Amino acid sequence: MSSFLFRALDARAGIFVALMALVIVLVPAGNLLVPESSPFHVPTYAVTLMGKYLTYALLALAVDLVWGYCGILSLGHAAFFALGGYAMGMYLMRQIGTRGVYGDPILPDFMVFLNWQELPWYWYGFDMFWFAALMVLLVPGLLAFIFGWFAFRSRVTGVYLSIITQALTYALLLAFFRNDMGFGGNNGLTDFKDILGFDIQADTTRAGLFAASGLALVLCFLICRSITRSKLGKVLVAVRDAESRTRFLGYRVEHYKLFVWTLSAMMAGIAGALYVPQVGIINPGEFAPANSIEVVIWVAVGGRGTLVGAVLGAVLVNFAKTWFTAALPEFWLFALGGPVRLRHTLPAQGHSGPYRERPIDVWQQIGLRPG
Amino acid sequence: MARATSQLYLDGVSVSFDGFKALNELSLTIDPGEMRAIIGPNGAGKTTMMDVITGKTRPDTGEVFFNGTIDLTGEDEAAIAELGIGRKFQKPTVFESHTVWDNLELALKAPRGPFATLFHSITDAEAARIGALLETIRLSSKRDELAANLSHGQKQWLEIGMLLAQDPKLLLVDEPAAGMTDAETAETAELLKEIAMDHCVVVVEHDMDFVRALGVKVTVLHEGSVLAEGSLDHVSADERVVEVYLGR
Ligand SMILES: Nc1ncnc2c1ncn2[C@@H]1O[C@H](COP(=O)(O)OP(=O)(O)OP(=O)(O)O)[C@@H](O)[C@H]1O
Ligand SMILES: [Mg+2]
Repeated sequence: MSSFLFRALDARAGIFVALMALVIVLVPAGNLLVPESSPFHVPTYAVTLMGKYLTYALLALAVDLVWGYCGILSLGHAAFFALGGYAMGMYLMRQIGTRGVYGDPILPDFMVFLNWQELPWYWYGFDMFWFAALMVLLVPGLLAFIFGWFAFRSRVTGVYLSIITQALTYALLLAFFRNDMGFGGNNGLTDFKDILGFDIQADTTRAGLFAASGLALVLCFLICRSITRSKLGKVLVAVRDAESRTRFLGYRVEHYKLFVWTLSAMMAGIAGALYVPQVGIINPGEFAPANSIEVVIWVAVGGRGTLVGAVLGAVLVNFAKTWFTAALPEFWLFALGGPVRLRHTLPAQGHSGPYRERPIDVWQQIGLRPG
Repeated sequence: MARATSQLYLDGVSVSFDGFKALNELSLTIDPGEMRAIIGPNGAGKTTMMDVITGKTRPDTGEVFFNGTIDLTGEDEAAIAELGIGRKFQKPTVFESHTVWDNLELALKAPRGPFATLFHSITDAEAARIGALLETIRLSSKRDELAANLSHGQKQWLEIGMLLAQDPKLLLVDEPAAGMTDAETAETAELLKEIAMDHCVVVVEHDMDFVRALGVKVTVLHEGSVLAEGSLDHVSADERVVEVYLGR
């Protein structure tokens, strides 16, 4: 067991962890301790922006674990991310209490608006943080387990599996758009006030969320690395390279896939849960099939099957995207060409209503664009 | 009857692909500790027979029993491998992005579950066993080399090493000498004879010199069923066998 944990820490991992530790300390310090007049001051919007990148990096890490090491090309990981995000969003909604527009102590605004009389049963418990945190892991984990149980046992692989992961996230997208699902329909969950009693807009809370995202990333990185360097990790690579050969050696490939797949979905859930309080909203747009494809692009850019590459890819691509969208909006379309066009045009087809309101305004919310 | 005392027992096995009968009422019995050579022209059904035994292909009809009592037709690949049936493929398949050492470690007989492998640390006994296997397959100097960088012959040997690492009761070896030089072929025959001293082995091979070097009972397959059986001299004197081989 101890050898399992130590296995993760070699020189390369050490450098990554040390750098991350530096980032986790310096960025919040630059925001909270350095005076605004100093050139070393880190503005709050930048803290939140980078915090968001870290959650994307965690999502990319989760995708790399299944794709890079086990050959499962998931085009539906944004679904697990969004489910984790919704679980956190439900907690944040219930923290609003009487401060909502309608002032109902129990019901979130959108339920009052829909004339609902009482809280649906599946919202029970979300007023407690520990419960919501558990759901952040359990909901994506359980969905992944059930999905994987059937898919891997029936030996669905390759492009067929990728397509049904897309179908999964698309089905969830349609479901979450429905008002009667009880998750706020196309507006999603927003107008959060506080988290664990801290004002969600406060600089200190933002810095705390940033640090939490960094810590989650480091922890999940170490877990992934222990796994990939264990004998189990070698079996995963064997499955990736020659699945049927691995079976003939006596390994139950479906069990291995199910294990990493479920774990990976839980990590994506954590990423989503940390993303939501930082961007201040979760809505069905996060389930958009193109989002999942974008994650795969980050991993491909950084280098599949390296873990660190997934993190770098996610941060670099998103940084470039932020920069280009602000400075040279036209050029960004060329830079990411297909993928980005896909992201914006695909959902628009046939669903003129809700999709138009997709939160590209996230930028506005985090201060990159003045409102 | 013969089934109870057999290591491997096939009776009336048929497999068809889109109406084409790859195996046609194939019956075959291998005794414990026996080494058997299987020959036959291309498309005779030799590989398909191994597919049926190892769970890759389900027979349409017929019985397949291991150890006299274990019905293999309902089991999947992993279960059959765990029962003690190892296989070397016609086209050498090793894990290319793993080192030679890791290929052997993965094959080594050990608990196969995800949690067992997650917390597994290699023991001294295992390392010693891998070291010994590397000697046997003459790849000690290549232990840290990626399998992808091995020559064709070396891959064949690595795969035989992986087969040994599993320590199976029955080894199914499909064309081990394919693509080897004459010297390598002779060495491979020696190696297999050594292995056969304490394992039951079924070898498929086209190379007649190789089969002769093995010096064991030969079964000739043709169009999915047994055409002749006996010593190599006996079967090569059989008119029908000659016809099948020359008539191609
Ligand atoms: N999956 C499959 N689908 C359709 N036909 C198949 C399949 N597998 C094998 N066959 C056919 O079954 C026949 C027997 O093939 P098999 O590979 O068992 O022959 P073989 O004796 O191993 O030949 P070789 O000496 O060339 O390896 C061939 O005609 C082959 O084309
Ligand atoms: Mg063959």
